[in-house]
Amino acid sequence: MTAACPACVAAPAAIEVALPKAAVQLSVPSVRCAACIGAIESHLAQVPGIQSARVNLSQKRVAVDTDLPPAEIAKSLEQIGYEAFPLNAAALGSRGDSSGQDLLMRMGVAGFAMMNVMLLSVAVWSGASGATRDLFHLISAGIALPAVLFSAQPFFQNAWRALKVGRLNMDVPISLAILLASGMSLYESLHGGHHAYFDAALSLTFFLLIGRYLEQRTRSAAHSAAKELSALEEHTAQRMKNGISEVVPIADLREGDTILVTTGARVPADGRLLTATAHTDRSFLTGESDPIAHDVGATLNAGEINLGAPFELCVDASGTNTRLHQITQLIETAENARNRYTSLADRAARIYAPGVHLLAALTFAGWVIASGDIRHALNVSIAVLIITCPCALGLAVPAVSTAAISRLYRLGFLVKSGTALERLAEVDSIVFDKTGTLTKPGFDLDLTRFTREELSVTKALSQASSHPLSKALSNFLGDITPAELTDLEEIKGAGVRAKFRGRPVALGRASWLSQSGSGLILKIGEASRSLPYSESLTEGAIEAVDGTHALGLPSVVLSGDTPLKTRSVADRLGIEDWHAQVSPEEKSMLISESSGQGHLSCMVGDGLNDTVALASAHASVAPGTALDAARSASDVVLLRGSLEKLPQLFRTARMAVRLSKQNFAIAALYNAIAIPIAVAGYATPLMAALAMSFSSITVIFNAARVGVQK
Amino acid sequence: MNVLAILIPVSLLLGGAGLVAFVWTLKSNQYDDPEGEAARVLLDG
Repeated sequence: MTAACPACVAAPAAIEVALPKAAVQLSVPSVRCAACIGAIESHLAQVPGIQSARVNLSQKRVAVDTDLPPAEIAKSLEQIGYEAFPLNAAALGSRGDSSGQDLLMRMGVAGFAMMNVMLLSVAVWSGASGATRDLFHLISAGIALPAVLFSAQPFFQNAWRALKVGRLNMDVPISLAILLASGMSLYESLHGGHHAYFDAALSLTFFLLIGRYLEQRTRSAAHSAAKELSALEEHTAQRMKNGISEVVPIADLREGDTILVTTGARVPADGRLLTATAHTDRSFLTGESDPIAHDVGATLNAGEINLGAPFELCVDASGTNTRLHQITQLIETAENARNRYTSLADRAARIYAPGVHLLAALTFAGWVIASGDIRHALNVSIAVLIITCPCALGLAVPAVSTAAISRLYRLGFLVKSGTALERLAEVDSIVFDKTGTLTKPGFDLDLTRFTREELSVTKALSQASSHPLSKALSNFLGDITPAELTDLEEIKGAGVRAKFRGRPVALGRASWLSQSGSGLILKIGEASRSLPYSESLTEGAIEAVDGTHALGLPSVVLSGDTPLKTRSVADRLGIEDWHAQVSPEEKSMLISESSGQGHLSCMVGDGLNDTVALASAHASVAPGTALDAARSASDVVLLRGSLEKLPQLFRTARMAVRLSKQNFAIAALYNAIAIPIAVAGYATPLMAALAMSFSSITVIFNAARVGVQK
Repeated sequence: MNVLAILIPVSLLLGGAGLVAFVWTLKSNQYDDPEGEAARVLLDG
């Protein structure tokens, strides 16, 4: 069934049916509008075996309640034009975002309580006196105290955790201000005092919870998208047992097992080749872009991609013993180093927290000495605490980074780390990986230099073979009409030969056709032509390099590939600084060396050979097509579109940091005006409420400017 | 000032009703997929 009418959607009963607990989840990136929701839900409702389906437009996912295998649902969605990817339920984890809901609930309670107390306070500010004022204060206390105790718990808990280990964080002055303001106001209300700060305590809690909620939402959005990426990756292998293949988790592979690697699949473990020949893409390890041919007995590494026919492998090492895993461990070490980065907000809090306490304590001491009235001194110092309390400070960074991250998300960037924006803004050079990032493998031939006959024969021959090079060539030739061939025959690992109008024609390896050169050779009769296999620049690579250069970020190319190829790519992009034949470890070393000289670089790479460098660089970006490990090691994943948008990432990051600093400045300005008034004892609850609201609202509006930049 | 005896409970009740409504929207997962819910209004049947 589909719950398509808004009324059904709103009814809680309908929702329970529509969001089945044990559902198959599919990622459907192309869902955009109401029409898509209708099309998908009504189509799936007609498929036998599907109980219900529900589209989540925000997450671009479909939850299906069914016994059918996910692949079948994906196929059925493809029939109506939606590309769908089954998500691994285990990697996705249980649904539900309870901490977000929890914060939202506290925020709602604080908000409603604040509004009610504010109404009562307005009456007091406008001149209520005597018994009326006392009554209003007491009603306010009745609303505010339970609300504060419930809503401000996240701050109390954080502050307590920090105090237990003898540290001060932003939450300590916040908690202190909230608790002291509530306690003091209660005392004042019971004793007929003039000033009560219940509204201030509540609005403080409310505004700060907004900041917390924004932070939490950004984090969980990034977290769930990152989880989704890893849920796409298969972590299984096909083990052969008595001639029958069974699917087992990679963790269950043992030395000596025989595994089957199908075409296009990744090799799950290190091992020796049992089949006569195999072709794999090893670029993740070496950066070398050509497919590599292996003979029986050759050693293959986990992570290589099978480009040819299925082959069998005898496992030598699996899991933690593979080369893949050794590299993963290097990544973890490098990431730990980066986690020590102190964010702008933390640095601000470090100066701020002790400063506020000192100021409040001095005010208290000063007033006790000057007037000897402890109650009055306490009142004034609480006013200082409230006025200086980091309402704007707590919102300054979360508001900006939420706006910036959601803007980047619309552009196709997934920002995974909270401090990534600050680190991206500090970067002063960009290091590119070559293969897979700047270039993609393929043929780059000048077709005008071939005759029509040559082209049609090449197309026909290349179509006939399933070899990856041959397929790439056939794709490159596009819709050229293939020639009619007879006696077509494929020699495995060498090439294809046939007869064309009585003459022998062949397409294959240079050595097989007794020619020299790389790539493929086309032979028609006795004449031969070389079809060099080269690589073409990826879409947007030139714009990315030029655009970032215009921002004052010079580019460097690090590649595991040969100097010749690396140089040609660097020349085409106008990059002067390039290093070829660099191993994964050397890539990371080169980056650490330059950071030792005070250069902070941003690594852009997609392969496993880049992951250590991605993790050790000051900031890092991986294309969405990158290997799982590379994506998880980087701060930003380019989910959609091309590298072309890279300059916008840096521009937005710089803008975000500039706005954060502006926000701090605005907050500081408000404090600079309000603190002297508070210390002098002239602060009233009305003034505190105005200062707090105005600074918070200015900061939020300023943050929203990230979203409207051109 | 006697009018306060009626108005204050009324205002508190209204505020409380708002809070209850908010808690209900939260409990019925209405913040899970804001974009989707916005688009669903356009669907009929």
